[in-house]
Amino acid sequence: MKTALERLYNGIIKENPTLVLMLGMCPTLAVTTSAINGLGMGLSTCFVLMLSNLIISLLRKFIPDSVRMPAYIVVIASFVTIVELLMQAYVRSLYSSLGLYIPLIVVNCIIMGRAESYASKNPPVASFFDGLGMGLGFTLALTIIGAIRELLGAGTLFGFDIMPDSFEPISIMIMAPGAFFVLAVLTALQNKLGAPSATNKEKGEESCAGNCSGCSASCSFRTEGGDGK
Amino acid sequence: MSAITTLVVGIISAALVNNVVLSQFLGICPFLGVSRKTSTAVGMGTAVICVITVSSCITYFINVYILGEKYSYLRTIVFILIIAGLVQSVEIILKKKMPSLYKSLGVYLPLITTNCSVLGVAIDSANNGYSFAETMIYSVGTAIGFLIAIVIMSGIRENIEDNDIPEAFKGMPIVLVTAGLMAIAFVGFSGTM
Repeated sequence: MKTALERLYNGIIKENPTLVLMLGMCPTLAVTTSAINGLGMGLSTCFVLMLSNLIISLLRKFIPDSVRMPAYIVVIASFVTIVELLMQAYVRSLYSSLGLYIPLIVVNCIIMGRAESYASKNPPVASFFDGLGMGLGFTLALTIIGAIRELLGAGTLFGFDIMPDSFEPISIMIMAPGAFFVLAVLTALQNKLGAPSATNKEKGEESCAGNCSGCSASCSFRTEGGDGK
Repeated sequence: MSAITTLVVGIISAALVNNVVLSQFLGICPFLGVSRKTSTAVGMGTAVICVITVSSCITYFINVYILGEKYSYLRTIVFILIIAGLVQSVEIILKKKMPSLYKSLGVYLPLITTNCSVLGVAIDSANNGYSFAETMIYSVGTAIGFLIAIVIMSGIRENIEDNDIPEAFKGMPIVLVTAGLMAIAFVGFSGTM
């Protein structure tokens, strides 16, 4: 039970995949045009992450080391297909607004990264909660970014009109450039407040996962942060 | 004549108007991670052009002749395995046959498996039911768009390296702000402002 809580805390706060490790940037920037889209994307990724971590952890003694990457990809892609079919059947509107980014959960670095760095070395229950924690951390970050963009760009929050009538929506915030600006300001705030993030903290090698491109990204950010000091 | 017009318009619309990085947010990880130097950015961009072109060619035929409509739900799982396998084999072939090219592109190849623009292009053209010619124009245009974006980005980053920017914005935030400004410029191509 203690490990479970520790994994949840680690995923949501200490090693938040989006805000601290800066992994999985594509969905973070692409689908956060509204809070509800961010929430939907976060929860679907969370589902895939939990179950793929569980299965990979159960299979960790049977998968030969040399073919582990393709094996992980098959497990992850199966769960993504399940999510895709479920969403197509039950939440049609969310499915059409997330569109292409649902199949692309397969190449989300967070999932591959957790499979490689945690689930392949730890027992199933701990891996399951690790996936849940990371997934909830990702959901939280996406919902926050989505809420900020929706509030500034459209004057609504989860679809409810909450800004006064005199507020003129800044439509650029829900267009492509707004995503970059919101994330830039959030990371700058983290730097300012000295909160840990990939840009200002020396990280252990734990989060570097195989050939994941997010890893190369976070590795280069790390040296960059070092240069800045 | 009209075929050439279609070709040019198709490539321009895929490369500039719907730029893969700055308006569709595919391939952000390498765009932010491998854009510190122009030389590496050019290498990454070239490697992406090769892989996207070959992979969308293969996935097109697999989709049309093997999967069809009946097994369309298997697209994600089949495509990602093909791309992963393709990248591995390209790496092995280059290493053996063209060591000099391998030296300049090799390090970027494993990173491309997780570049979502490759899978994105393959799935997008399959879902939209593009013909073979349309698939090729779309994928080459998208890859050129990626090259353009990452090379511009690396040029700017080389120049802002020594600039006097606020302490909190050093590193990642200023790169994101730069990307945002570039995205504004690319929004201009679609004329929706």
